[in-house]
Amino acid sequence: MKRLALVIVMLVGALLLQAADDLPDWGKPDTPASVYLSPYYIQNSLADTAVPNFVTSLLGDYRGYDTMFETTVIFCAGITVLIILRRTPRRRPKEVPPRPEREGRDIILQTGARLLIPAMQIFALYVIAHGHHSPGGGFQGGVILGASFILLAMCYDLKAALGRLREKTVLICSAVGVMLYAGIGALCLAMGRNFLGYAALSRLLGTDEIMARSHGIFGVEIGVAITVMAIMFSLYIDLASGGDLDEGL
Amino acid sequence: MAWDASLLWQFDVLILLLVVICAVAALTIRDLVSCAVITGAYSFLMCLMWTEMLAVDVAFTEAAVGAGVSTVLILGTALHIKRRSKD
Repeated sequence: MKRLALVIVMLVGALLLQAADDLPDWGKPDTPASVYLSPYYIQNSLADTAVPNFVTSLLGDYRGYDTMFETTVIFCAGITVLIILRRTPRRRPKEVPPRPEREGRDIILQTGARLLIPAMQIFALYVIAHGHHSPGGGFQGGVILGASFILLAMCYDLKAALGRLREKTVLICSAVGVMLYAGIGALCLAMGRNFLGYAALSRLLGTDEIMARSHGIFGVEIGVAITVMAIMFSLYIDLASGGDLDEGL
Repeated sequence: MAWDASLLWQFDVLILLLVVICAVAALTIRDLVSCAVITGAYSFLMCLMWTEMLAVDVAFTEAAVGAGVSTVLILGTALHIKRRSKD
């Protein structure tokens, strides 16, 4: 069976390598992808949305639906892990012996984590807020923010991390992020433009339409960050404790 | 030539070589915890690869998600199941 799998993988690999030869050269300016839509985004992003990093304006504005449903996918994935793994302690079979008590935790790890976590969180906020100008944005910032809580849970224990950020808060946050994103979209709809057409927010924000699009992108980035942060932490606490949230790794 | 636009083709070749080594090692090794760590290393090399291709946003995401959080998640799961894989 393993031989057969190897042969199939080799065949498919050879086929892919063969096909890769027909792809246009990397970075070639006259490929279909580079002549059709990309030049519009590259040339007009700053004029349309006042966002210098056109990756951010592309994700947040031009393809806002795509990012919204990506956030929804992350939300659904987190909720699915929760549904499968989470169990309340009383449903646990009684005969399972309690795990042996841990030795005292490593002081180097704990001090390192204590120094690192504030820096990580500040950096995460910077990444979210500075996504308009540099690589980054809600997704990356949210992951770093979630990772800071995961670090706390790993270097101290799960209880310490859950004391800072309760499971209930995490779950509410994960839904609030998606709702913030969709809510900004619906607000645009209520103001008489398309769903996620941030230019409609200019009257609310008291700015012109270009800056309104920039602020709208920032708003949805915050929504993405909240959801991603909450789901990453939720995934960790469920996977690391096997679903009963009593003890981590 | 395909590599004209990249920064340093020798660097590319080195990274790609290490990526292949990591991928093969992750498949052949039996200890799941080592496998999780190698997967993290693989992600980090891919992050270097994205940076080489000047896709800095993708590289950032790969570093945060691939090399960071998903390694931890795989590790956390691997510690809860039987540690040695049968195949």
